[in-house]
Amino acid sequence: MTGGTETLEAAGKVRGRSLWQDAGRRLRRNRAAVGAVAVLGLIIIAAIIGPWFAGHPFDELYFDYVAVPPSVEGGFLFGTDAVGRDLFVRVLMGARISLAVALAATSVSLVIGVLWGAIAGYVGGRVDNLMMRFVDIMYSLPFMFFVIILMVVFGRNIVLMFLALGAVEWLTMARIVRGQTLSLKGREFIEAAVASGVTRPRIIARHIIPNLLGPVAVYITLTIPQVILVESFLSFLGLGVQEPLTSLGVLISEGAAEMETAPWMLIFPATVLAGMLFCFNFIGDGIRDALDPRDR
Amino acid sequence: MGSYALRRLAGIVPTLFIIITVAFFLIRIAPGGPFDIERTLPAEIEANIKAAYNLDKPLVVQYVDYLGGVVTGDFGPSYKYNDFTVAELIAASFPVSLKLGASAMVIALLLGLVLGTVAALRQNSTLDHIVMTLAMTGIAVPNFVVAPLLALVFGVYLSLLPVAGWAQGGVADMVLPVTAMALPYVAYIARLTRGSMVEVLRSNFVRTARAKGLPLRRVLLRHALPAALLPVISFLGPATAGIITGSVVIEEIFQIPGMGRYFVQGALNRDYTLVMGVVIFYAVLILILNLLVDLLYAALDPKVRLK
Repeated sequence: MTGGTETLEAAGKVRGRSLWQDAGRRLRRNRAAVGAVAVLGLIIIAAIIGPWFAGHPFDELYFDYVAVPPSVEGGFLFGTDAVGRDLFVRVLMGARISLAVALAATSVSLVIGVLWGAIAGYVGGRVDNLMMRFVDIMYSLPFMFFVIILMVVFGRNIVLMFLALGAVEWLTMARIVRGQTLSLKGREFIEAAVASGVTRPRIIARHIIPNLLGPVAVYITLTIPQVILVESFLSFLGLGVQEPLTSLGVLISEGAAEMETAPWMLIFPATVLAGMLFCFNFIGDGIRDALDPRDR
Repeated sequence: MGSYALRRLAGIVPTLFIIITVAFFLIRIAPGGPFDIERTLPAEIEANIKAAYNLDKPLVVQYVDYLGGVVTGDFGPSYKYNDFTVAELIAASFPVSLKLGASAMVIALLLGLVLGTVAALRQNSTLDHIVMTLAMTGIAVPNFVVAPLLALVFGVYLSLLPVAGWAQGGVADMVLPVTAMALPYVAYIARLTRGSMVEVLRSNFVRTARAKGLPLRRVLLRHALPAALLPVISFLGPATAGIITGSVVIEEIFQIPGMGRYFVQGALNRDYTLVMGVVIFYAVLILILNLLVDLLYAALDPKVRLK
């Protein structure tokens, strides 16, 4: 019988792997995603601490150095803009603002979307019908236009922009969460919770929402670039962030105006924005493949 | 299906009502107005202006007046383009936007379907990887980045095409804006088509068709494509809305006198009637196109039964 015990002991030492550990391993094997995490990490660190080390304040006008091309010796890595500000530090500031807006708006959309979807999906019936009908109607509105009107009406207020963007982006989140909740609702552990007398709000908070993390994580990484895109779009049109603050959209728009004489003013911010969006998309795809290896 | 279409059409009315109401009151609670200028006008003149634009009545009366006007297609006078009504401005600029948007949509569909199908047929080949990487680029790089870069390369450096402008909408003027508008949607549609095509090509009915000895072309066009098309069709609704929104910035970049440009200029000038007119017009357009897409989907997918 000793042989049997040994096998059992050996089996005891083999630790089970959770879904998340499995996903983590798969994600680390995905070279595109790992590369994207590294590049994005660099951009984020540069955006957060870079402006203090760039050597120039972001709003200082150097009247003797207007639209200087980029050069290392000249002290302006990315050159200067049309009024003589250092473009390098402005690109970093722009990335910082874009990331901040994205983070805040995504959080807003996360809270509204998850709660809305989980409640609609779990309560079901007429409530579900009403709540999702509302989402359908919101979906069919030309939202961009409403955001533009909002920005015009209430001035170009950055906090309002967070809220407006978050309020637009929660719809898809709500749909995804609702679908997931519907499929969770029939599982045994929920039944067990119901049978042992756990209240509805508690079931939603403790049992449904934690189990939604996978698809929500995927959608978050895809919402962030979406928000960055919309923010840049608004700033590009002159409806977003205002001077002397800047964002990548503002810089691209300024660069586009000067591109015939000073192409670096367009190329640097455009590259950084595209790079950020690329990385987020790769990471989102990577997490999705890692969590759901079926359709690879 | 006829009655379903009618009911959906009726469902558009309350949605539109909500849009108009929200837009109207949102704009009216705004501080400041289109006639705020540096110097203060004499009281009588200000009163006259307000009376001329119907701004002196109580808000509710203005709202009812506006609603009545919209029903008859009267969106009021533009606040900034003095001699034009909003309806005239829309009538003049919409054909331009339509020409751009429709061209972009057709190109996106054709190119996206072909690229996606080719990638699916050669799954995991180099060609597939190239197409999918390009698609990722198309999705990640926004059109307001692509557009100036295209203008820089083809307009400034190579001098092949005009950098901007719209001389009666000749083909040369259209190439760059349409390309910039279509690219992200080529990318999305290629990805969607590849995904669904890969699945459809593995399915039993395609294998049967191949086993029967049908030529590949026929299997693709008659059997696989209609099934693989469904996700693409349900993407058409959001794609149209996206192309319409995208045309706002594209028209701005290429200085094209379309509706999007009027909208942005109107918004920046606080030309409220113009802004509202454009929003309502676009909303109707998007709602109706969404309805058409749903009907098309139902017609193609035998699993969907509309009640």
